[in-house]
Amino acid sequence: MTSYLELSSITKSYGNFTALDNVSLSVEKGEFVTFLGPSGSGKTTTLMIVAGFEKASGGSVQVGGRSISELAPHDRNIGIVFQNYALFPHKTAAENVYFPLQMRGVSRGKGLRQAEEMLSLVGLKGFGHRHPKELSGGQQQRVALARALVFEPSLLLLDEPLGALDKNLREQMQIEIKRIQRSLGVTTIFVTHDQSEAMSMSDRIVVFEKGRIEQCAAPLDIYHRPQTSFVAAFIGESNLIPATVTNAASREADNPLLGSFEYAGADNRLTDGQAVTLLIRPEHIKLSRNQVENRKNVRMIVDTIVNYGDNALVIGRAGDIPMRVRVLGADVVIIKEGEECCISWTPDSVFVITK
Amino acid sequence: MGSSLSRLTEKTNVWPWLLLAPLGIYMLIFFVVPLVDVAIMSVTDPRLSLVNYERVLTGALYQRVFLNTFLTAAFVTVCCLAVGYPLAYLMAHSKPRTAMFILLLVTMSFWTSFLVRTYSWMVLLGNNGPLIALLQMIGIDDTPQLLFTRFSSTLAMVHILAPYMIMNIFSVMKKIDPALIRSAESLGARGWSLFRHVYLPLTAPGIANGSVLVFVICLGFYVTPVLLGSPREQMIAGLIGHQIDEFLAFGMGSAMAMVLLFITFVILTIYHRRFGLDKLWG
Repeated sequence: MTSYLELSSITKSYGNFTALDNVSLSVEKGEFVTFLGPSGSGKTTTLMIVAGFEKASGGSVQVGGRSISELAPHDRNIGIVFQNYALFPHKTAAENVYFPLQMRGVSRGKGLRQAEEMLSLVGLKGFGHRHPKELSGGQQQRVALARALVFEPSLLLLDEPLGALDKNLREQMQIEIKRIQRSLGVTTIFVTHDQSEAMSMSDRIVVFEKGRIEQCAAPLDIYHRPQTSFVAAFIGESNLIPATVTNAASREADNPLLGSFEYAGADNRLTDGQAVTLLIRPEHIKLSRNQVENRKNVRMIVDTIVNYGDNALVIGRAGDIPMRVRVLGADVVIIKEGEECCISWTPDSVFVITK
Repeated sequence: MGSSLSRLTEKTNVWPWLLLAPLGIYMLIFFVVPLVDVAIMSVTDPRLSLVNYERVLTGALYQRVFLNTFLTAAFVTVCCLAVGYPLAYLMAHSKPRTAMFILLLVTMSFWTSFLVRTYSWMVLLGNNGPLIALLQMIGIDDTPQLLFTRFSSTLAMVHILAPYMIMNIFSVMKKIDPALIRSAESLGARGWSLFRHVYLPLTAPGIANGSVLVFVICLGFYVTPVLLGSPREQMIAGLIGHQIDEFLAFGMGSAMAMVLLFITFVILTIYHRRFGLDKLWG
């Protein structure tokens, strides 16, 4: 049983440069999958191969059990929202949305009615007669979304569609896109370099780095159980501490500067003497004046305190290892820059990364 | 921008205006004064009256020449578009080397004096020229008259004016966001429908710019139709030259020039209302 969208061993090279290296991925029908990664990581290239604008050097793309690798973009029946929306400036909003129907031979009267319906679904009822330049960025975004959805595409691809919007509008559109995607049940691939966007919208996140898939998992899995140091560092804030497993049976590791650690998790594949990286999220570290019982305690010298109002980021050094601690706004008053304090955590907060 | 400009004009500081003085004085002496002179001549020569305008607007010869001028200009514009659009497309969307090569051909032709280009056509199309010789060589004895016909003058005018069309359309084509074309493709457009519904409308401003420019320049074209065209099918500029050179009828020539100027002005005004004259130069 294959999945709805199946990418099998996709490779893409430009001369000697390998942009995509053996990328395989299965997406279920109706799923919202986000491609997340820094620029140049291969996420957009993968999207363009699915869309048909780039030709893979190897591998295949299947939708609904049928290979589309050889199809031209106009035969793929895939809706795409581009970064800058790519609305036709000479057509009104309704005509833009009608366009894919027009290309499919739907009559103007019927098509424009359908376009208006789709526009009201994206919250633009009554805006059909306006030209793109008479619409705000957020409204143009909605028109682009309506246009990509009106012809019931087999896939919806979103290429960093929120990049040009300001913060508030971006959050609003995240919720909107998610709502519309759910109500239509359309299988969606969303490309972004913004991890909070990926976290809040996706069923699954695919983290790209250097043309490979680093990890593919549900957002919270990615956050709490990153498979590689890259993923741990890229998603959220992290303290990464190099260590050596000293006793795999009792889940103990050691860092020469910080001493012995107990770690969580049921990963039994570790062996004594193995080099690992320990991940501790800044919000799982407690900051205090004195040692706290039943926790691993370490002394830290505070270098910088960054206040965000409701919370603060405390940056310091514990035995020369840089550490970041996220504390609630009220807790930060106990400490000043330059002072020494105690930071502590429970074994549950220590996650082992082997790669 | 608008507010800073108005602030500039509000100030009583004369220095910025003084900087414009050389240009202003030049334009005054070499453009405004002669133009006013022409306007005055049109109503004073041979005597103070509107008789010249009456003759220009009612005389059958003049009406025919004006009509011929418009038809020629329109035909030349259409030909320039037919030749220019595909060339501009090639320039905008070929590989860089090919595009450079076409651009080079177009600009070289553009930079060559149009007088030189006009004379080259005389050589090429003349009765002893290579084209006639070629026709005779392939066995056509009754060779057609090529030079001094509507054909030769139209051909040369298209050649001379096509670069205006090409550069205008090219600059618009070059600015088309490739995402628009990709987007159209992803939405199911291909081939002719992609061209008709997306590409052509997106390049329409370039077509409008190029067409107005070619049409307006063509209306006043003098040398080429005079040297290459049929004497029986004169254009208005040729007729004005004729009035002044041959008959010393300065009043008539001036009145015709004023009418031509007025018509050009009307066309540009309509264009400005519709598209904005500032867009005419790219």
